[in-house]
Amino acid sequence: MTSYLIRRLLLMIPSILGISVVLFTVLAMAPGDPFEELATNPAVPPEVRANLRASLGLDDPIHIRYVNWLFAMLKGDWGFSFVSRIPVDDLILQRLPVTIAVIGASQVLALLVALPVGIYAATRPYSIFDQIANTLAFVGFSLPTFFTGLLLILLFSIHLDWFPFVYRTQLDSTGWQWWWDQFRQSIMPVTVLGLFQGAALVRFVRSAVLDVIRLDHVTTARAKGIPERAVITRHVVRNAMIPVVTLVALQMPIIFGGAIVTEQIFRVPGIGSLLISAVLSNDTPVIMAVTFVFACLVILFNLIADLLYGWLDPRISYR
Amino acid sequence: MTPAPRLLEIENLQVHFSTDDGMVRAVDGVSIGVDAGETVCVVGESGCGKTVTAMTVLKLIAMPPGRIAGGRILWQGRDLVPLPPEGMRAIRSKEIGYIFQEPMTSLNPVYTVGEQIAETLRHHEGLSRRAALERAAEMLRLVHIPNPHKRIHDYPHQFSGGMRQRVVIAMALACNPKLVIADEPTTALDVTIQAQILDLLNEMKERLGMAVLLITHAMGVVAETAQRVVVMYAGKVVEEAPVRSLFAAPRHPYTQGLIRSIPRLDLAATEHKRLEAIPGTVPSLLNPPPGCRFAARCRHATPECTAAEPPLREVAPGHKAACIHAESLAA
Repeated sequence: MTSYLIRRLLLMIPSILGISVVLFTVLAMAPGDPFEELATNPAVPPEVRANLRASLGLDDPIHIRYVNWLFAMLKGDWGFSFVSRIPVDDLILQRLPVTIAVIGASQVLALLVALPVGIYAATRPYSIFDQIANTLAFVGFSLPTFFTGLLLILLFSIHLDWFPFVYRTQLDSTGWQWWWDQFRQSIMPVTVLGLFQGAALVRFVRSAVLDVIRLDHVTTARAKGIPERAVITRHVVRNAMIPVVTLVALQMPIIFGGAIVTEQIFRVPGIGSLLISAVLSNDTPVIMAVTFVFACLVILFNLIADLLYGWLDPRISYR
Repeated sequence: MTPAPRLLEIENLQVHFSTDDGMVRAVDGVSIGVDAGETVCVVGESGCGKTVTAMTVLKLIAMPPGRIAGGRILWQGRDLVPLPPEGMRAIRSKEIGYIFQEPMTSLNPVYTVGEQIAETLRHHEGLSRRAALERAAEMLRLVHIPNPHKRIHDYPHQFSGGMRQRVVIAMALACNPKLVIADEPTTALDVTIQAQILDLLNEMKERLGMAVLLITHAMGVVAETAQRVVVMYAGKVVEEAPVRSLFAAPRHPYTQGLIRSIPRLDLAATEHKRLEAIPGTVPSLLNPPPGCRFAARCRHATPECTAAEPPLREVAPGHKAACIHAESLAA
């Protein structure tokens, strides 16, 4: 197990290097100049601009720039944002907690909805409950978050005025009031993202449970005379969770991506909105850093999925 | 004084399955009795309703689409058909153990075999985790699995097919049931392992004094284990007899065909005789033919055979057959 983990961690290094080369090259070749604005500003003479570019190393050949970036990263220097002049790692650390809180809460919500509904539907296939759950799940993941998000804002923020439609990091309140305000402003983004994830997950949980419930060992469990509840939880759900857990772990990075849209709609100052504003202003160091973080998350969650799979399924051994 | 009730008495059992094509009468008026300490074999080819009959005793068939349409299942005189689920659970494993056909799939892959045997014990005997695991190890030793205290911590995939079937048997016997239903326990195994498992079943039966209802399609297995044999065809019992009498003088043409289709090594090697098969296949149970269901495949069939359903009647002491020509076929 330990040697497996070490080997997997070592294998992550070439993957990460490869991803960073591709990301860096694509960004370097992308059109757009971070100093566009300076060019249109008559107060800045062209020589100053050229000096600035040279001092930032922007005129070096691409492979030199990549090596420079790589060694700087290794030393923990993520560079500075061209726009705000703030260190990129500070920017990311500032935004990451909000994103993790929103994504974490929505994922918990998704599981809280999908697990009971999916399991219950699968134990009574084609019942009224199953059909309603299936239909709602289908509607749920057919509706994009940018649509349901706007709908919720229109209904709850504008018509009913229950929840704020802009998410603020700096809340004026303190103590319990702070928690309450935090809850109130998170509820819509978390609901939109959570129900969207949950809708897809319901169908997956249902089919995973249905796959197991037909198996012979479930009949064996029934023949033991243990209560039906124990048959379902111990012999059906436990086995069906193997693919579900793996899927959830593998989907985590994708959820980060999906959260970008939701963050834009609800103005959640998370890592997604950081990326969007960086893209809009050609802020290459920030784009590079954020996409690189996403890429690392994908690799990390792949490893987590593999570990969980082996942990849940004794037939898998780490070798 | 009324005679003591038999251990298990299946009376005129009817099990129907509703399918897209209509109602399938999988079990159509089957009666089987098992006395304490006795081994009864149910024989028949695939699809004749023997597994459904066996699973219905513990109500393990899926309901719906399955349905017990009629008949009684008397367990020590008490009818199990109207019994609610809780009542059934008290009987499963505790009083009637069940051994499944496929040892490869009948164990849950994510629990150790010890946990799976212990689960039954903890539920029915109220044992603690430790005590149940200790008993599980004892059960493994009883079914001759080496290193039982180590092996209870292994998962099913770490056992071979024969060893897994031993585990399944240990699980079925854990609560010391009065009857064990074994549904083709050797079909999925190699021939050499089959003999070992049959020996084990016989040994367990001697030691624990339970009755066995053995479902099989292999006549060799019947000869080796049974005291009484029930031959099923297309959802019905066609012959019932003590094992000696059945092999010595089978009365139903289907039974005769089954016995003739047993491969014989001596004849195959010396006389190059082709194996005798019964022509045709089991009729559809959606629309069973009128009269005797075997008539279409029977070499002795006469027009009277398809006129009316032949009743199961006593043709010799303790020997019943459902064939109107039973007497002339005694040969």
